[in-house]
Amino acid sequence: MNIPMDWIRALEGGALIGLSASLMLGLNGRVMGISGILGGLLSPTAGDVAWRALFVAGIVGGGLIALATMPGAFSAGTASIGLVVLAGLLVGVGTRVGNGCTSGHGVCGISRFSPRSVAATLTFIGAGAITVLLTGGGAS
Amino acid sequence: MTPRTRAWAEGGVALLSGVIFALGLAVSGMTQAEKVVGFLNFFRGWDPSLMFVMGGAIAVHAVAWRLIKRRPSPLFSARFLVPTRRDLDARLLIGAAIFGVGWGLGGFCPGPGLASLVTGTPTALAFMVAMLVGSFGASKAEPAITRALQRA
Repeated sequence: MNIPMDWIRALEGGALIGLSASLMLGLNGRVMGISGILGGLLSPTAGDVAWRALFVAGIVGGGLIALATMPGAFSAGTASIGLVVLAGLLVGVGTRVGNGCTSGHGVCGISRFSPRSVAATLTFIGAGAITVLLTGGGAS
Repeated sequence: MTPRTRAWAEGGVALLSGVIFALGLAVSGMTQAEKVVGFLNFFRGWDPSLMFVMGGAIAVHAVAWRLIKRRPSPLFSARFLVPTRRDLDARLLIGAAIFGVGWGLGGFCPGPGLASLVTGTPTALAFMVAMLVGSFGASKAEPAITRALQRA
């Protein structure tokens, strides 16, 4: 059987994401949820800023390494700026109201067998699929 | 370990975790907005590869969690700060649905949006600014959101 290369890359990249979440939880006791970590920086409380800022800095650093070493790793889609702004607003509001995003619910929560995270993940994948169906593939 | 050493170690772990996370996103294809939209496009030429991103991440983290939770506390902080609620409510599902619509429109969720800032493209910048505005706005509107959801 011939397994597509991008499935293998997806599995490898996923394992790295799982590793980073495990370091954060096992060593720092924190859930690696990006929307929550960013949200905490928007409403900072004393003694709870440095690790969040360093995590964000790490993502930017890792992003720069990827940009330099992996051609084609980034692409912004073809959605117009107006649509992207609307998308950003909805993602910001939705992750705040629903307490998490793909990393916090989809990876960390499901790994702990949290019913809330399973329900949230099914809901945002379903809503995303309906959106793509109605917009005719949107960005692609 | 002195509190100072602990704080440094905690910061170092956060930095390293961020680097590994971003590399994982880039390797897996999550930072390609078209690929994300292709994954959500179940009805026309579905690209299943991103299912394996979640699969790989959950496989590693679920095993790690089973080992981690046997310990009384994390190595560099006082206790595990992990959500314990298990009930479902309207707020969770409505928020997740709003997030999903935004995810499907742009092909970005928060992590890849943040990592994509390094490309310097107007799209990545516009997404992140709008996302932070949305998140901050929703936190400020918290009392109104709670009231509205109680009425619903």
